[in-house]
Amino acid sequence: MITIAGAGLAGLASAYELAKRGASVTLFEKAEQPGEGSVARFAGGMLAPFCERESAEEEVITLGGQAADWWSQVTTVTRRGTLVVTPPRDQAELTRFARRTSHFAEVSGQAIAELEPALKGRFERGLYFAEEAHLDPRRALDDLATAVQSLGVEIRFGTSAPPEVDLNCTATAASLPDLRAVRGEMAILHCPEVQLSRVIRLLHPRMPLYLVPRADGLFMIGGTMVESNSDRSPTLRSLTEMMSAAFAIHPAFAEASVVEIGAGLRPAFPDNLPRLVEHDGSLHLNGLYRHGFLLAPALAQQAAHHLLKETCT
Amino acid sequence: MQLYGTDISSRLLLGTAQYPSPAVLRKAIETSRAEIITVSLRRETADGSGAGFWELLKDSGCKVLPNTAGCHSVQEAVVTAQMARELFGTDWIKLEVIGNSDTLQPDVFGLVEAARVLCADGFKVFPYTTDDLVVGEKLLEAGCELLMPWGAPIGSGQGLRNPDALRAMRAHFPDVPLIVDAGIGRPSDATHAMELGMDAVLLNTAVAKAGDPALMAKAMAQAIEAGCNGYIADPMDPRDMAVPSTPTLGMAELI
Repeated sequence: MITIAGAGLAGLASAYELAKRGASVTLFEKAEQPGEGSVARFAGGMLAPFCERESAEEEVITLGGQAADWWSQVTTVTRRGTLVVTPPRDQAELTRFARRTSHFAEVSGQAIAELEPALKGRFERGLYFAEEAHLDPRRALDDLATAVQSLGVEIRFGTSAPPEVDLNCTATAASLPDLRAVRGEMAILHCPEVQLSRVIRLLHPRMPLYLVPRADGLFMIGGTMVESNSDRSPTLRSLTEMMSAAFAIHPAFAEASVVEIGAGLRPAFPDNLPRLVEHDGSLHLNGLYRHGFLLAPALAQQAAHHLLKETCT
Repeated sequence: MQLYGTDISSRLLLGTAQYPSPAVLRKAIETSRAEIITVSLRRETADGSGAGFWELLKDSGCKVLPNTAGCHSVQEAVVTAQMARELFGTDWIKLEVIGNSDTLQPDVFGLVEAARVLCADGFKVFPYTTDDLVVGEKLLEAGCELLMPWGAPIGSGQGLRNPDALRAMRAHFPDVPLIVDAGIGRPSDATHAMELGMDAVLLNTAVAKAGDPALMAKAMAQAIEAGCNGYIADPMDPRDMAVPSTPTLGMAELI
């Protein structure tokens, strides 16, 4: 029997990998519902290793390369790529982004209009990362919880974990050396007037934004990173900047309904990369930072290998 | 170089924002050999919620210069400075009072007022100002012992927009430490500032947003040292005419 503390993204993904290898697993989750207590519910759900490489280490590509295939086993993954655009005044941002990334095609205004007709005439240049994908984080967490339960994993909701578990996946609640919280803010907009089928990233020197289309005319917007462990509601400044940026992508967002705003605390180690750490008698999987859905599969596989004493390949 | 009575040997002051990760920032601090790092205190982290990040910088051995980045009024800047003093246990403060949110240009009127309040309260104020001489004088009257004129707007990386004004500042304030703050994009910009006789350079984005921040930090430190030595060594003035640099005496008879 393997015990895991935390049925968030890392805990569920690890349980899935362990159960698939035939292990018997019990998850302890303080919250009453799947995903309710997880910072992942505020995530964008982008599986965008090449875009993330702009400001992250090479590992986001090597560890994140298989994420879309992994998630396709349990939930709906939209493989429509990422479109990166910038206002005409900030073209230099696009050039810099292109220098730091790979696996994209430079696209003209006309090609952008073919990819996303709603953006016709709005941007003259862009970068298209065709191999990237996205998913709906809350649906993915639900689907993953269902998948692990059907593999025989027991999830004890509303139950604190015993002091010692085999695997601790409690994100910022774990007191690990050098682990810190990085605050992120997001909003969900309802805007059926705008039809977009893929993730749009707007580059801007001060207010970069990602906009992730979800079902039923919903869009998630996010992009702030604040070195803070405060989980209070998003600030007016952050919201103003994010919403201005959304308006810069398409003016119809001015009429969008703000369905939800939220802030989450992402656990991060000093190099902003996740890792497995032995601490106080438990193995910890932590530090997924802003790459939860992208890197959880690879880290979960590593955790399963480790716990079942398999040799890592 | 002495800043408020403290001996500082590195003439590079490094900002700590916008790095890809704290690990990369630590490496950049090491390769830059900076002795002073600036830490931005946003109001939202003034309650100590940013402690996780600051904890990672504590053992860097650097002196922390907190700043009031993003403050738009005297009141806001003063309160932020007071919070910073509590949080970091230092009376040093880099004072920014922003007058325009697009250009991030200092509001020099608010700056002088805030400097007066903070100096009277015992702060050692590092004012982020323009290259205006009269404003500089007012800041010194307010109690500042050094000035930090901009090279170009914050984060723009344009280099020195008005080198003549900085040269005039050097001449006008021969004994006041002058630190170019903001606008440096490339190592040659930093050299340029130092060749004008500036005492130090404060920069952040140019290193944080470089492809290899640690290498750029090293390049900036070397550029600053080169410019500083170049100024002290008293460079030659340009001439209109060519002057042969080979001695004519003792030339070989070729026939």
